[in-house]
Order: sequence, then C-alpha cells, then structure tokens
Amino acid sequence: MAEDKIILETQNLTKRYGQILAVDGLSLQVQAGEIFGFLGPNGAGKTTTILMLLGLTQPTGGRVRVCGFDPTREAIQVKRRVGYLPEHLGFYEDMTARENLRYVSRLNGIPEETAGPRIEEALQTVGLPDDGDRRVGEFSRGMRQRLGIAEVLIKDPQLVILDEPTLGLDPDASNRIIGLIEELSRAKGITVLFSSHHLHQVQKISDRIGIMIRGRMVAVGTIDQLAQEKLGIGKETYTLEELYLKYFQEA
Amino acid sequence: MRGVYTVFRKELADHFSSYRFLILFALITMVSLIMVYMAGMGLREALEGAVKPKFVFLMLFTSTGALFSLSQFVAFFGPLIGLVIGFDAINRERSTGTLSKLVSQPIYRDAIINGKFLAGVATIAIMLTSIALMISGLGILILGVVPGIDEILRVVFYLLISLFYISFWLGVAILFSVLFRSIATSALASVALWIFFSFFVTLGANVLANALVPMEKDATTVEQVIKHVRTQKALSLLSPMVLYTDSTSVIIDPMKKSTRSLMLVGPLEELSLSRFQNPLPLSQSLLVVFPYIAVLVAITLVCFGITYAVFMLQEIRAL
Ligand SMILES: Nc1ncnc2c1ncn2[C@@H]1O[C@H](COP(=O)(O)OP(=O)(O)OP(=O)(O)O)[C@@H](O)[C@H]1O
Ligand SMILES: [Mg+2]
Repeated sequence: MAEDKIILETQNLTKRYGQILAVDGLSLQVQAGEIFGFLGPNGAGKTTTILMLLGLTQPTGGRVRVCGFDPTREAIQVKRRVGYLPEHLGFYEDMTARENLRYVSRLNGIPEETAGPRIEEALQTVGLPDDGDRRVGEFSRGMRQRLGIAEVLIKDPQLVILDEPTLGLDPDASNRIIGLIEELSRAKGITVLFSSHHLHQVQKISDRIGIMIRGRMVAVGTIDQLAQEKLGIGKETYTLEELYLKYFQEA
Repeated sequence: MRGVYTVFRKELADHFSSYRFLILFALITMVSLIMVYMAGMGLREALEGAVKPKFVFLMLFTSTGALFSLSQFVAFFGPLIGLVIGFDAINRERSTGTLSKLVSQPIYRDAIINGKFLAGVATIAIMLTSIALMISGLGILILGVVPGIDEILRVVFYLLISLFYISFWLGVAILFSVLFRSIATSALASVALWIFFSFFVTLGANVLANALVPMEKDATTVEQVIKHVRTQKALSLLSPMVLYTDSTSVIIDPMKKSTRSLMLVGPLEELSLSRFQNPLPLSQSLLVVFPYIAVLVAITLVCFGITYAVFMLQEIRAL
C-alpha cells in the first residue's frame, strides 16, 4: 500500500461569502488509498470545501493541492484524475444511461474503442447492466445515484469525491451504495472522500473521519483515536453518534 | 479542442431533435415562402410587358410584396431565432444539475460556451441555407428567370451577413443564460434587449437628433439638414438592426452605392433609373459594407468577452 503518500492537501483554506465564513482555515491531509468520511451539520461548509478542492469555486485564502496540482490554476489536470459526484446530481433526462456515460467518456477524451467496454463494465459494477438503454428520466433516485457513480468510474479516477452519495436513499439502497464505495476503494485502491449524514455508514467504512462545524474542522482522525480523546473509552463501546454529538455540543 | 467538438456534437444533435427547432423552422419556412410568393407575384405584375431589369432575382428579397420585404423580415425577426436557440443554454444545465458535472470534466470552461455557440451557429446556418434554397426555387418558378453567378454570390453574402447578425443575438442570449439563473428571466431580458435595440434605438435616434440638431421650419439650410441626418444616422448605428439592414441592402441591391438612404424615389422611378445606371460590382459592394460587418463581429466578440469573464470564475454549485 502506498502509505504516507498524500493525495490531497489543504493549508489554511478559507472561503468567505460576504459576512459568512463558510470554511475557516482548513488544513487537511488525505492519504492515497484511504476512505475519508466528512461529517458536519447542515451549512457546516462541507460542500464549499469540496467545490474548492475541484476548482469549482475560488478560495478566499489558503492553499490546495489535489493529486499534486493546484485546482485553481491546473484545473484540467485535477479534473482528469478526480471523479466528483455532486450533491444533487443531474443527467440529460432525454438521453439513455449509456448515452449519458458516452458523453462523459468523450469529454474525458477516452477513445471510442475503450469507451464501449468501460461503459459496460461501469454499468455492471454499479448494478445497472440491463438498464443501459433506458432513458434516465425514468430512473428512480437509487438508480440515478448508481448511474452517477458509474459516471465517476468511467474516467478511472485516482480520487473520488462524493458529496452525500446516499442523499434521499432508503436504508437498503444507501447500504448498497456504501458497500459499493468500500468495494471499489479496496479493490482498485481508489482514494475516497465522502460527506454524509448517516453516521453508522460513515463508521462502517471510513478509515478516518473529519468533523466540520461552522466552517472549522474540529476533529480529524480515526474514530478510535477520537473516541479515546473525547470520551476516554476503548474500542467497540461507543458509537460515532455519541462522539459526533459530543463535538457538536461543545462547538 | 476535443471539449469544444464533443459539446458541439451533442448540442447540435439536441437542437435537431428538439421540438423548438422544428416549430421555429416550420414557422420561418412558412413565412418566407409566403413573402417571396407575394413579392414574386407583385414583381411579375409590375414587370408585365416591360423588359426585365438586371437583377430581377434579387428583387425577390427587397421588394415589399405584402407588408415587409424578406430582408426586412429577417432584420426584425431574425434576432428571435438566435434568442430562442440560446436563451437557456447555460442556465438550463445549471438548474438540472448537469452543469456541475460538465465543469468537473477535464475540459476548459470556455469549451462549453464555444461548443454551444458553434452548435447554435451551425443550426442557424443550416436553417438559413435550406430556406434560401426553397425561396430561390420558388422565385425561379414565379419569375421564370435563372439567377446569374453574380446574383447567386450576392445571395450567399446576404446569407453570411444574416448569419453574423443572428449569431450576435445568439451570443447575447448565451450571455444572459450565464448571467441569470432563472430561465424565464433570461428569456425576458433577451427579448427586452431585442426590442430596445431594434425599435427604440431607431426611434430614439430621431428624437435625439432633433434635440441635438434642431431643424426649424423656416430657416433650414442644406448644411443643417445634412448635419441632422448625419447625427441621426450615427446614433442609429448603435442598433445592430440598422447595421444589418444597411449592409444587406447594399449587398442585395447592386444599384445601391452607399448605405445612405436620403434618396427619395418611388419603386417604379427606381426601376427606370436602374436602366440608365450601371450596377456596382460585388467587390465594391462588399467594400462599402465591410465596416458594418466588422462592427457586427466586434460587438459579438464583446458579448463573448463578457460571457467568458463571468462564466470562468463563477461558482458552480449543484442546486
Ligand atoms: N453562494 C453563496 N453565497 C452565500 N453564502 C453561501 C453560498 N453558498 C454557501 N453559502 C453558505 O456557506 C455555508 C456553508 O454551506 P455548504 O453548502 O458548504 O454547507 P454543507 O456543509 O454542504 O451543508 P449541507 O449538509 O446542508 O449540504 C452555509 O452557511 C451557506 O449558507
Ligand atoms: Mg452540502
């Protein structure tokens, strides 16, 4: 395993919207191959952080490096390597799932001969092998989420950033998505950074977590470390829920 | 380049499979065929028994059969084609969430704008060309004349200038689709701008010219009249429509030697005058209108500049 290899790094990253300090001096490192769970209440600044990591919005201050590049100035290099699943994902509703995937693969400059097999593989992986020729307009929420992950996989990313991948899914569907994410990360060594409000799922698959409250990262580490620090109790006797609430009350 | 081409291809396919395009195309075809039919019939009647003047074919575009001539029609309503094609180019993708996806792919952001603009231009070009072919066919049938090479070339340049003109409005529509998040707002704003520039600027130029260079009833010297007309002319050049009508009228009418319109002659007088005049060669006509075309292209580029400046650094958040 490529331990110690830092794939994502921010230093004192700040984003200000007028009076609101959406992200306040964030310094974070994510290692290659790990699954990093990103927690925080609504409006904490998770999405804003993610947008800055991808160069989709300009930081007010601080430094970001993703896969060794600066997302503001070398956006193309970053976007070639990073797959991003937005919070509210959209598709071209009149196009079929395959056509949507085909468009993304063309935008990524994947040659047509390799694109075909890759699209089939991605559909297979996310469990939509028979729905490729259906219009996305007919898809359920869960299927759309899967298709979104398929789109992320098409570009064969080093790092994937998922903003609430289980938003609006039923427990079974969201467990399956979480399982899929874990499987992909472990099988292909893809680094995953994902935000979520489903604490037990975060606990299940994350190597490390970060808790952000009102723009400040109040805790980063493995769940065990944080529990030791905060609650003074050992393994398996706490839930992430208790830990999270504790941080939340303190902030 | 790859990005531009990919976006272009998809957008073009979208245009051609959309109802919007079908309706627009059907409407324009219908109107232009009717107008050319009326113009053609009118011409045939007027020329009954007379020797056909040179360039009768081109008169199809300039003679007013019904209310408008075809070139006036394009001047007034051509912008709507550009607006209808472009007013929701960016903000629709923003509201469906696909823009987030698009900008997180490894293409430059301007590729999205360029791809969409070029797809719109291609759509307009195809529309204009096919309509011109239909019109020409109908015109040949009615008038029974075959256009000469010079006439065909003039029609081609006429189409080209029309394409520039409509593309300018497409650029405006795309700019508004970047500026306004709501599709209804951008539609309204582009229509408002169209009305402003097409109708109010020409009217306003009159009013302003009257204010700047007043013409008293009794003491009107020739210098005053000329100055007045010049002022009015200069002000009305602010309108893309005036730029367009002035330049196309020179291109489509070889007898016209300047873009000035201070000559008062009736249509029949003009016809008989034309028998004693020599037409301007195409190259000279082009020379006359070149500055107009340059201005048209320049304002399109300005429009693009603003679009880029706004879109490049804009935050794209999936909502
Ligand atoms: N364009 C904007 N203008 C002004 N304030 C903004 C803008 N976008 C976000 N904010 C503010 O920034 C803060 C962080 O928002 P952000 O979307 O990053 O939160 P989040 O952690 O993703 O929340 P959620 O869990 O609800 O998705 C919020 O207080 C929000 O109101
Ligand atoms: Mg969010």
